Amino acid sequence: MRADRFQKQPARWWSSLIWPLTGLALLLLFNLFFTKGFFHLEIRDGHLYGSLVDIINRGAPVMILALGMTLVIATGGVDLSVGAVMAIAGTVAAELINNPKVPFPAVILAALAVAVAAGCWNGLLVTLFRVQPLVATLVLMVGGRGVAQLITNGQQIYFEDPRLVFVGNGHLLGLPFPALLSLGMLLLTAVLTRKTAIGLFIESVGDNQTASAFAGVNARTVKFLVYTFSGLCAGLAGLIDTSNIKSVDANKIGLSLELDAILAVVVGGTALTGGRFYLVGAIVGALFIRTLTTTMYALNVKSDVAPVPKALAIIAVCLLQSPAFRRRVAGWWAARKS
Amino acid sequence: MKPRIASQYIPLLATAVVLATLYGAGCASFHNFFSLRVLVNLFGGNAVLGVAAVGATLVILAGGIDLSVGSVIGFTSILIATLVEEHHVNPVLAILLGLVLGALFGAAMGCLIQWFELPPFLVTLAGMFLARGLAFVVRPDNLGIHHAFYAERINRDFALPLNSQVSWPFAATCFVTLFVGALWLAHYTRFGRYIYALGGDETSARLMGLPVARTKILTYTVAGLCSALAGVVYTFTTQNGDPAACVGKELEAIAAVVIGGTLLSGGVGYMAGTAMGVLILGLIQTLITYQNLNSWWTVIVVGLLLLLFILLQNVVSSLSGRLDSPGRHG
Amino acid sequence: MTLEASASLLEIRGLSKSFPGVKALEGVDFTVRRGEVHALMGENGAGKSTLIKVLTGVYPRDGGTFRLDGVAIAPRSTKDAESVGISTVYQEVNLIPHLSVAENICLGRQPMRWGMIDWRAMARRAEAALARVDLKLDVHQPLASHSIAIQQLTALARALDVEAKLLILDEPTSSLDAKEVEELFQVLRKLRAQGMGIVIVTHFLDQVYAIADRITVLRDGRLVGEYETAKLPRVELVSRMVGRELTKMKAVERGTEAARHAPAPEVLLELRQFGRPGSIAPLDLTVGQGEVVGLAGLLGSGRTETARIIFGIDRARSGEMWLGGKKTAFRSPRHAIQEGLAFTPENRKVEGVIPHLSVRENIILALQARAGLLRPISRKRQGEIADEFIKLLGISTPGPEQAVMNLSGGNQQKVLLARWLAMQPRLLILDEPTRGIDVGAKAEIEKLVQSLREKGMAILFISSELEEVVRGCQRVVVLRDRAKVGELAGDAISEEAILHTIAGSSHAR
Repeated sequence: MRADRFQKQPARWWSSLIWPLTGLALLLLFNLFFTKGFFHLEIRDGHLYGSLVDIINRGAPVMILALGMTLVIATGGVDLSVGAVMAIAGTVAAELINNPKVPFPAVILAALAVAVAAGCWNGLLVTLFRVQPLVATLVLMVGGRGVAQLITNGQQIYFEDPRLVFVGNGHLLGLPFPALLSLGMLLLTAVLTRKTAIGLFIESVGDNQTASAFAGVNARTVKFLVYTFSGLCAGLAGLIDTSNIKSVDANKIGLSLELDAILAVVVGGTALTGGRFYLVGAIVGALFIRTLTTTMYALNVKSDVAPVPKALAIIAVCLLQSPAFRRRVAGWWAARKS
Repeated sequence: MKPRIASQYIPLLATAVVLATLYGAGCASFHNFFSLRVLVNLFGGNAVLGVAAVGATLVILAGGIDLSVGSVIGFTSILIATLVEEHHVNPVLAILLGLVLGALFGAAMGCLIQWFELPPFLVTLAGMFLARGLAFVVRPDNLGIHHAFYAERINRDFALPLNSQVSWPFAATCFVTLFVGALWLAHYTRFGRYIYALGGDETSARLMGLPVARTKILTYTVAGLCSALAGVVYTFTTQNGDPAACVGKELEAIAAVVIGGTLLSGGVGYMAGTAMGVLILGLIQTLITYQNLNSWWTVIVVGLLLLLFILLQNVVSSLSGRLDSPGRHG
Repeated sequence: MTLEASASLLEIRGLSKSFPGVKALEGVDFTVRRGEVHALMGENGAGKSTLIKVLTGVYPRDGGTFRLDGVAIAPRSTKDAESVGISTVYQEVNLIPHLSVAENICLGRQPMRWGMIDWRAMARRAEAALARVDLKLDVHQPLASHSIAIQQLTALARALDVEAKLLILDEPTSSLDAKEVEELFQVLRKLRAQGMGIVIVTHFLDQVYAIADRITVLRDGRLVGEYETAKLPRVELVSRMVGRELTKMKAVERGTEAARHAPAPEVLLELRQFGRPGSIAPLDLTVGQGEVVGLAGLLGSGRTETARIIFGIDRARSGEMWLGGKKTAFRSPRHAIQEGLAFTPENRKVEGVIPHLSVRENIILALQARAGLLRPISRKRQGEIADEFIKLLGISTPGPEQAVMNLSGGNQQKVLLARWLAMQPRLLILDEPTRGIDVGAKAEIEKLVQSLREKGMAILFISSELEEVVRGCQRVVVLRDRAKVGELAGDAISEEAILHTIAGSSHAR
């Protein structure tokens, strides 16, 4: 009865944010009581510092990945290759930046172009060759790191170029640059999806592909664009991650970040089966994950153990979303009552 | 009529051709390649992958996927090492405990997938995180196993000397034994045939009155057991437990399965193909070492081969799809 | 009494089954005797498949009793049903295509030897089972390598492998050609002679009269009656299925009277021997501007298939299509839409609405798809369009932002109509536009169709409700068994005439 009334309410975009925001708020509340100085902010050298700023700063790669992943998942697909694409983009940038002949904008453009090409590749496999998304992106996930190592010749590359270092560590207007970049990407994605018709097409294809085709929506174009965009996001995330540590190790950059990105999207309220997508939700989801990680560090949990609560969070969120789970719980509840 | 019948054997045939070509190329290019040592190393060095791939084959045949393989290997290896070295548990008991835990872990994932209709890739992804994290909870760094059971039994008594220099390691025996067991399971038990039916068409399997739920959960259980066994074999070959062991092994295992001619959509495939797939991956690695190429070429070549076989599968299935169902809607 | 009881194999009494919001079966009685082929007939929503699913344990029943051989049974799964002797063969061959024929017959009951499957014994058992359906083939080949007809016979062999007393065939012939159907019927006759009870669900009238001894007709979840095939003329059968009593039929007062006598309109769509094997035999069809052409026929007669090849969902394999004097052939719905066609599908849920999207988004979807990615319709304009059609069609919704899945069936249908009307199409194809919606909404949709006709739109109107077709159409093309069997125009259109054409009997006045 109550669920019924809830459904009859027209959906508002922020109503989808209630759950991820509640999760985030609970985590922050926990930190308020148990982590000393968690909410402490200070301005040093005109720059804002503190745990909260750090979360936004360090969470930038996953936030950006989650934006691309949201669109892919909304079409009913998934992109497992983002971690490997990050590695490729990062190594391209690091390799070129140490070559004095290449101008800085060209370095950034080249890195992003390679990532976009990788996205196109996934898109082609999914649309033209009709390979299932999971499998299609698996190929690049397996082979992509090899390509990255090929580029660096297996070496770890260090760089000092202040402009590239700025991407991951700089401050603009007192705020960390990666955070601003994520915000910019969020706005860009929102504008791209909502000010053109692509957002509508993504949702309609993901929700009901047959009906969309009968209404004349070209699912192939939509899917191709979505994987390409996911590649672009992975490229940008790779740049930030590389710049952050001023070096690149093709085996480490972006390792298992595809999982964080998928988790962020699911926490953000976008269903894995596709359909309606929530960009802000994905950002909140990414922040949730980052806060979880930071909280565990604050509690002296080893970084290696950090995946445990993440895994439990994935399962919990998916169970809550699963109609089968709700049915069963309702069944048990009814059985207990009677 | 005739070519249709053969269509589902095409990938398997391609696998055999690739395997023979790679081995032939190795023998032709390197004078010491055609030797017992290389052959034995091929089995011994790829035993962990082989054992893991057997589990992956069953899951993929059933129409699912298991991404938790590598993490379970790491967890099992460090669990055994810690129990044996720090808690002085009998190694056999420790190994049994590891296997039981692996099976339970797989069963839990299978239950989530079957009962709550969660996507397999997501559940096993979470399983991957969980097992890896728990491995680090058991012990944050690696630990050598020096127990006499390992030094004397496994590596001396259980190894089969083939000639004065080369002996057949126990790990390889594990791989081959499991493989034979899996052949029997897949082709000579009802459970094995239910796996094929489930992967072939779940709705039909249900309407045919087959025990779909039980089969699915049991398949993930067996896969978890195989991953744990791969962890045990890992301790045999390295005499070491490592929570960070075998990151990405699941992808190698899946690659071996696909290269072995098993359709990722489920229902079609052969255990024998997987064994060939494992040997192909091993051969690529060996050849790249012989060629003095860098290790990343392995990943690239594996990726390309994976792509090739996926495209081949697509061609084959769209071909047989077109021939099999002339205008069946309506 | 006792004689009657021993003759009947299966007795169902007072069977009821409800789904949320629908009474699928209400107090249905059904009897099958030994050694007879019994046809279960009815239009969409009659309750045939529900009856079969309840009987075979797929769904639990709400009320009623089953007796098989005089013993009360209560199967709770297909396996349960099989173990008491009820076997089922479904329309879509429900076997595993990549496994061998032998496995498909024996799966779940493979002969074992020393804990291993005895493949040789299995092959022998499969061959024996196939022999019962007069089939001899290499049982080691994968099922998929055989034709659909052989797959269907394999399914039958599997069903017979378990000492079946009662065999249920759910539309077994829909993918078979005439020769294959005859082969199947040979087998059924043999089984009947052996004393087996056979229930067959089919939409093909010829086949019913060729094979069935008795017929039970269901309509809207209720029993209409049980008849001896020999004593039930075809036209009677059809009228019982569609629920129109011949004696009570009279000419309906028509708003279309004037239109029927108007001079022939300019032809917009013309099909010449247009067809696709397995879907619809080559047919001629024209639709003029400002004309409503009805496509009448029973379920499975090829109505939807005709619409699908016109709209480019399936490719035609023969003949030509002319649109506005230009020869065309659509590669895809996109292509058809660009040329001014619109199609509201029969299966709204799967092929029509985008359930989680709002009424507004559903309405403007096709319009936006035609405009393309980069020319978005402004949010303001979208709202205006949505509001306009919500008002025009009287769509009952809390607002344009309501998710369309929360609307009633009739309102979902109106949303789909709005989607296409917003495109101002030249030709509108309506496939069962009034299916499953309430009476008020039906009348509104019929009225809307008339006003569109008056504005000069060409409309192809598919409906299984004869009354609607008679009321609204200037011409009616009648289909039977996937082929055109007649065309009625002007005053010749009446329910009686359509019924007779469908039944294939001479038009008795």
